[in-house]
Amino acid sequence: MKIHEYQSRELLQKFGVPVPGGEVVDSAEHAVEAFKRLQKEGATLAVVKAQVHAGGRGKGGGVKLVRTAEECKEAAWNILSKPLVTPQTTGEGVPVNKLLIAAGVDIEKEYYLGMVVDRARGCPVLMASSEGGMDIEEVAAKTPEKIIKEPIDPDTGLQPYQARKVAFQLGMTGKQVGQAVKVMMSLTKLFLGTDASLVEINPLIVTPANADHPDGQVLAIDAKIDFDDNAMFRHKDLQQLEDPAEVDASEAHAAKFGLSYINLDGNIGCLVNGAGLAMATMDIIKLHGGEPANFLDVGGSATEEAVTEAFRIILKDDNVKGILVNIFGGIAKCDIIANAIVSAAKEVGFDVPLVVRLEGTNVEAARAILEKAKGDIPTMTVGNDLTDAAKKITDAIAA
Amino acid sequence: MSILVDKHTKLICQGITGSAGAFHTKGCLDYGTQVVGGVTPGKGGQNDPNGLPIFNTVTEAVEQTGANATMIFVPPAFAADAILEAADAGIAIVVCITEHIPVLDMMRVKKQLAQPRYNGVTLLGPNCPGIITPGECKIGIMPGYIHTPAAESKSGKSVGIVSRSGTLTYEAVWQTGNHGMGQTTCVGIGGDPVRGLNFIDLLELFQNDDATDGIVMIGEIGGTDEEAAADYIKANVTKPVTVFIAGQTAPPGRRMGHAGAIISGGEGTAESKIAALKEAGCHIAESPADLGKTMAEALGIAAAVA
Repeated sequence: MKIHEYQSRELLQKFGVPVPGGEVVDSAEHAVEAFKRLQKEGATLAVVKAQVHAGGRGKGGGVKLVRTAEECKEAAWNILSKPLVTPQTTGEGVPVNKLLIAAGVDIEKEYYLGMVVDRARGCPVLMASSEGGMDIEEVAAKTPEKIIKEPIDPDTGLQPYQARKVAFQLGMTGKQVGQAVKVMMSLTKLFLGTDASLVEINPLIVTPANADHPDGQVLAIDAKIDFDDNAMFRHKDLQQLEDPAEVDASEAHAAKFGLSYINLDGNIGCLVNGAGLAMATMDIIKLHGGEPANFLDVGGSATEEAVTEAFRIILKDDNVKGILVNIFGGIAKCDIIANAIVSAAKEVGFDVPLVVRLEGTNVEAARAILEKAKGDIPTMTVGNDLTDAAKKITDAIAA
Repeated sequence: MSILVDKHTKLICQGITGSAGAFHTKGCLDYGTQVVGGVTPGKGGQNDPNGLPIFNTVTEAVEQTGANATMIFVPPAFAADAILEAADAGIAIVVCITEHIPVLDMMRVKKQLAQPRYNGVTLLGPNCPGIITPGECKIGIMPGYIHTPAAESKSGKSVGIVSRSGTLTYEAVWQTGNHGMGQTTCVGIGGDPVRGLNFIDLLELFQNDDATDGIVMIGEIGGTDEEAAADYIKANVTKPVTVFIAGQTAPPGRRMGHAGAIISGGEGTAESKIAALKEAGCHIAESPADLGKTMAEALGIAAAVA
């Protein structure tokens, strides 16, 4: 589960990470009011930031630096008035409903700080880099030696000596070290305490020295947190943070029926049992020159009702010009799938080519059901094996 | 021969009174597995519909039945505890079928299982279909009848199968059988990011198993376990290894059904895995439909046998 930047900031603050002043607003008027409050607290400039999950907001014009109330109003109005297109969104972009108005701060130095699950080690890992503010994937690809990694015990968390080591490796000095250690300890508590799968502060900054902070102040400027969906059952409070506007409606609807569905760009709908086979079915479509319209795993214990719903979801996508059903019955029974095809044909109708490949549990019964219904489903053909099925559907689309 | 489980394996089911646990306990019994009982806390002293004794704790089950393997069907919130209970009771092979266990729970389990008190217990899964030595012992949810015991192999050749995916394993089993091969043991290691046995553990076991002539390895996007396996194969495996990697068309940043199947931070792409495994001398099946054919060719099995 993903949340917005302003929500991540609030969580970080709750766990003891200092962030600059800021408010979340939903209109240009409120943006100006927030800006004026930040001015009263001493801010001389502010950043207006679109609150969407997609990354690359700056490149799409979703982040603007403003110095006056007028500039703030104009920037807020501009960002809110049209969908935001970033390198990570579709060409149509995503609507922006909320803005974060954050106090601008002077920056002496930028760092990257994050925590993820180290799959190979089987424990969380703290990652830090002095190349802050950059795309960390790029840093990892080009200069991996610039990323410091510190494995974390999943029970006892980060130890202060580990955090000190990282702070010194980052080149921090004086009072910066203590502040950074506190940030790292807080970040770890947040990661373990909320079942996060990713916590990222990019950049973490040090401000220029001033009277109050002779070595500068360590602050989190931008934050990103993802949570482990499998653990959300024990975090009712965090579940409330999910923004329904950011969730694909079809995907959410499918989940209610126990279906794992992901919408893609192609035109061949897929209905498969098992995540691995569902991915492999997408791959074989591509191998034969087609493009999958979706990933869909109906799961092992799919009912006729759920499978019928799966067909409805696939057919609702206007891009779909054909459907490939690929079932290797184990726990899932082929006859249940066959019955679902028959009832989906009655309820929604298949006006696009449908190729069905069934193997495994109760396959004979399933073939008999489809043979009987053949006259009622004129667009249906049976694939003799996986390759034959993939060829038949890609040929049908090309024709 | 086979690896990890055989006709002497004595199995219990944790969560035997739940619907999935009950259904698959029967499936394993019907296949011929020595199922000796089950565990559901609070229902000790009763029997399941097959007449198997139910115990309150795994320790009790082990003492009274001599069980040395378990399959876990308890709900995700309690599954980590069930794994540790089995390990603490001295069970040698713990097969966790349960899906949707929080990854933090699995990280903590992994750390615990490394402690000496658990004496080198073997964990398979979670989020896996289980393990089967055809004709001898089925532990898990796979359809038994699709398998070919090594003794019944038409070509005289048999393969070991290791996979992160359930239904793709069935696909490999079915295709190798159709191409005249038997299977020594088929192992699902599960679709989660943090798990028990990994590719390398199974590659080592299959390499050392005399009855296994070749190995089918099925990976998918996410993580770098396939790359690590490639390094291991290059240095240690002399038997032919046939590979398919699922998710070549999966978009980055999306979790493809399995919790572990996600390309993130530029890591875990199918291209990287395929390149590493090809470099290690593996036989790559470009299409999931070619698993059987590719393995048969690598083992020099004539098409006529199929």
